[in-house]
Amino acid sequence: MTTATAAAGAHEAHEHTHYTSTGLDNKKIAIWAFIGSECMLFGSLISTYLVYKGRSVAGPFPHEAWTSPTGQVFKPILDIPVTSASTFVLLMSSLFMVLALAAVENKGKPGYEGTLGSSRFWLFATALAGATFLGFQAYEFTSFVHEGLTIRTNLFGSSFFTLTGFHGTHVAVGVLWLMTLLFIDMKRGLGPKDAILVDICALYWHFVDVVWIVIFTLVYLIQ
Amino acid sequence: MSNDRAHADHVHEHPTWKQYKWVALWLFVITVVEVWAYYVPAFVASRAFVPALLLMSAVKFTVVVMFYMHLKYDHAIFRKLFTGPLLIAGATLVAFLFLLKR
Repeated sequence: MTTATAAAGAHEAHEHTHYTSTGLDNKKIAIWAFIGSECMLFGSLISTYLVYKGRSVAGPFPHEAWTSPTGQVFKPILDIPVTSASTFVLLMSSLFMVLALAAVENKGKPGYEGTLGSSRFWLFATALAGATFLGFQAYEFTSFVHEGLTIRTNLFGSSFFTLTGFHGTHVAVGVLWLMTLLFIDMKRGLGPKDAILVDICALYWHFVDVVWIVIFTLVYLIQ
Repeated sequence: MSNDRAHADHVHEHPTWKQYKWVALWLFVITVVEVWAYYVPAFVASRAFVPALLLMSAVKFTVVVMFYMHLKYDHAIFRKLFTGPLLIAGATLVAFLFLLKR
């Protein structure tokens, strides 16, 4: 009876963890393999942006003013202060994410009580920061369109909207993922046994952050 | 036995709250320096501008990957799964720029 119970428990644990012959959780191997493939996706998008950089025949341009043949003057399109603020928000969201993971991994341990030890608080803060970043991006895209830059205007517009649009879509998926975890946390609570679920979401979120670190430098700051 | 080993592999060392906050502070400071550099015309015009920005970006990238993504503390297989495609992406970027930028 005891052996049967132990066997059933081991089977249940096995069902929860899905360890592989490497001794590692297959969810974690899968997310790292996925992140590796995403590296190549964003590598190709960034390559395309850099190849087309400076090749637009007509404006608006990212860093220089431009006068159209009709005499209309376009100022440099990129708004560095706004993008710096959104970059700061995304960087801080990564801090919130690691604190959410730490709160889940250490739930119930001394030093992880109250709001600062609450996984719900940090998951909500991360999702809110992600949504704020998306708000900044929506504002940026809208203002670009109002200033005459669309995805069809020139090579800069095509490559810029494709690259940052893909990144924004990834942030949106991350926010949905975080909201799902928050919902689960509120419904039944996330504890140390669920750490892997938060860990893989955190890895995805940090990857989205590092992609933005590269985009911010290559697209916005380097002229 | 196998499950015990697997569990032992999963429960790995992570940075502390204090380290997380220091990492966040460094990321913030580097970002401020990057933006400040953008607004210094003499520096923008100099040859050091692009390498300096690329270096700062690379430092931020590495810090996030090593500490926030725990790659410094995690299993070597994860490092390989990340750095392999990252190197391919980097090589693709360099090849595209070399072949098509002229």
